[in-house]
Amino acid sequence: MPDHPIASDTLPIELTINRDTRRLPVAPWTSLLDLLRENLGLTGTKKGCDHGQCGSCAVLLDGRRVNSCLVLAATKDGSSVTTVEGLAGPDGALHPMQQAFIDHDAYQCGYCTPGQVISAVALVEEGRAHTPDEIREQMSGNICRCGAYPNIVAAIQQVLENAR
Amino acid sequence: MNRFSLVRAADVAEASREAASPAARIIAGGTNLVDLLKYNVERPSRVVDISRLPGLRGIEDTENGGLRIGALVTNTDLAYDERVQRRYPLLSSTLLAGATTQLRNAATTGGNLLQRTRCYYFYDPATPCNKREPGTGCPAVSGVNRIHAILGASEHCIATHPSDMAVAMAALEAVVHVSGPAGGRAVPIAEFHRLPGDAPERDTNLQPGEVVTAVELPARGFAAHHTYLKLRDRASYAFALVSVAAGLEMEGGRITEARFALGGVAHKPWRDPEAEAMLRGQGPDRGLFERAAAHVLRDARGYGGNSFKIDLARRAITRALEQAAAGTPQSQTDKRIQ
Ligand SMILES: Cc1cc2nc3c(=O)[nH]c(=O)nc-3n(C[C@H](O)[C@H](O)[C@H](O)COP(=O)(O)OP(=O)(O)OC[C@H]3O[C@@H](n4cnc5c(N)ncnc54)[C@H](O)[C@@H]3O)c2cc1C
Ligand code: SF4
Ligand code: FES
Ligand code: FES
Repeated sequence: MPDHPIASDTLPIELTINRDTRRLPVAPWTSLLDLLRENLGLTGTKKGCDHGQCGSCAVLLDGRRVNSCLVLAATKDGSSVTTVEGLAGPDGALHPMQQAFIDHDAYQCGYCTPGQVISAVALVEEGRAHTPDEIREQMSGNICRCGAYPNIVAAIQQVLENAR
Repeated sequence: MNRFSLVRAADVAEASREAASPAARIIAGGTNLVDLLKYNVERPSRVVDISRLPGLRGIEDTENGGLRIGALVTNTDLAYDERVQRRYPLLSSTLLAGATTQLRNAATTGGNLLQRTRCYYFYDPATPCNKREPGTGCPAVSGVNRIHAILGASEHCIATHPSDMAVAMAALEAVVHVSGPAGGRAVPIAEFHRLPGDAPERDTNLQPGEVVTAVELPARGFAAHHTYLKLRDRASYAFALVSVAAGLEMEGGRITEARFALGGVAHKPWRDPEAEAMLRGQGPDRGLFERAAAHVLRDARGYGGNSFKIDLARRAITRALEQAAAGTPQSQTDKRIQ
């Protein structure tokens, strides 16, 4: 895949990314993940497997968590995207989930962390996880090679408890 | 990934026209197609985006007490729909047993049905595969075949259809509505997917240009006596080695209607009407369930790595029928099998 597709191959789309609306030319074969990382410099979203298996590329697409590596950007004209860069407040204050990950040391190398945090933010919003078993099941799409799982579950529990 | 052009279809008729070409592929949620594009297993010159088509996102009650599910309803929306949870908990359970929240948020009803029947060799263009390149052979028959089929396979292909949702739809006797160049038709789920025979490159009986528009569920939902038992190598986020979707109707301690379908064992969800008939009119009894299970597996064949599935399937059927009869469906959160 060329880094800079020739103009005739591209389709114009409008995306609102972290509250910023942009008009972008994208090649039909560009994944949302590659668009974010390669074209827009938003490298917080990570590429682990590039095949939907690890969750490190999770973003909120129109408010729902999806694996951005399996989304063709050109099919999402008019959508809004929140990446890990968009979670902190305008003043830089961390999102409560980001703070909880720090409080609980919920990472080691940190590579899976942006995806874990996005997925966890969505999990709280979805409101379907109440017990550790439910948290584990609903976070099962986010793999952590370092095995920080117990601390990730603890961080999510903290945010769920504070939200009650 | 090869280069392709993208067409945003405005309606089903345009999607159908565009998709009729052998070089075109439809994209809905993209979770199967994009994966295959990246492996160069699918190499279309044109991709037809149906994800914005109007009228395919609804879940509606039908006149005869059933439910009509639009092809673009996501797996998440279907699993948590109040009517599905109340009237068709078996369907909800299979959806929640499949993939993960992130994937279910993107995956659609039509795409889930039409995800490719496949195996690991299919994904690897460096190996032969009759499904990917007809006539090149099937390395799985004498190779690594832990996940492969034990029923209805042929020497040409022993892959399994990976959908959990379709297994419930088989037990529920869903009807798939399609629209194509020759008009619309309704395909019973049992005739939707095909066995490999000598043409494993074809997963389904869809004709060129046919688009799935909806799946219709008949009224009978087996809400009181059902279960989905999915056995796999990890407790979550893994395809089924063997799964069983079972639904019973019981009256005065007897089984009046029985349906069950198996996943992970064949090129399509596997039902056996003879085995189901053995259960009707009988009281729930382990010995009876074991005899019905043995009947389903009577012609089963293992290929070495997957031979364990024959015994696993036999036990899974027995256990699933016990769970359904007792009204204690398998939890998809607490994975302990009761
Ligand atoms: C890591 C991973 C794990 C998974 N685990 C599971 C699992 O445990 N259980 C399970 O059941 N599934 C699992 N899946 C598969 C997943 O459920 C499917 O990929 C998904 O359901 C496909 O839906 P989609 O809308 O994304 O399809 P797409 O990728 O958009 O399309 C799939 C196919 O269907 C065709 N198509 C789509 N919609 C239509 C239509 N309306 N009419 C005609 N043709 C159409 C496309 O041309 C394409 O060939 C997993 C997938 C991944 C990546
Ligand atoms: S089992 Fe089917 S899909 Fe797998 S290698 Fe053989 S022909 Fe290909
Ligand atoms: S990079 Fe998308 S799921 Fe792994
Ligand atoms: S912290 Fe290293 S992969 Fe999760």
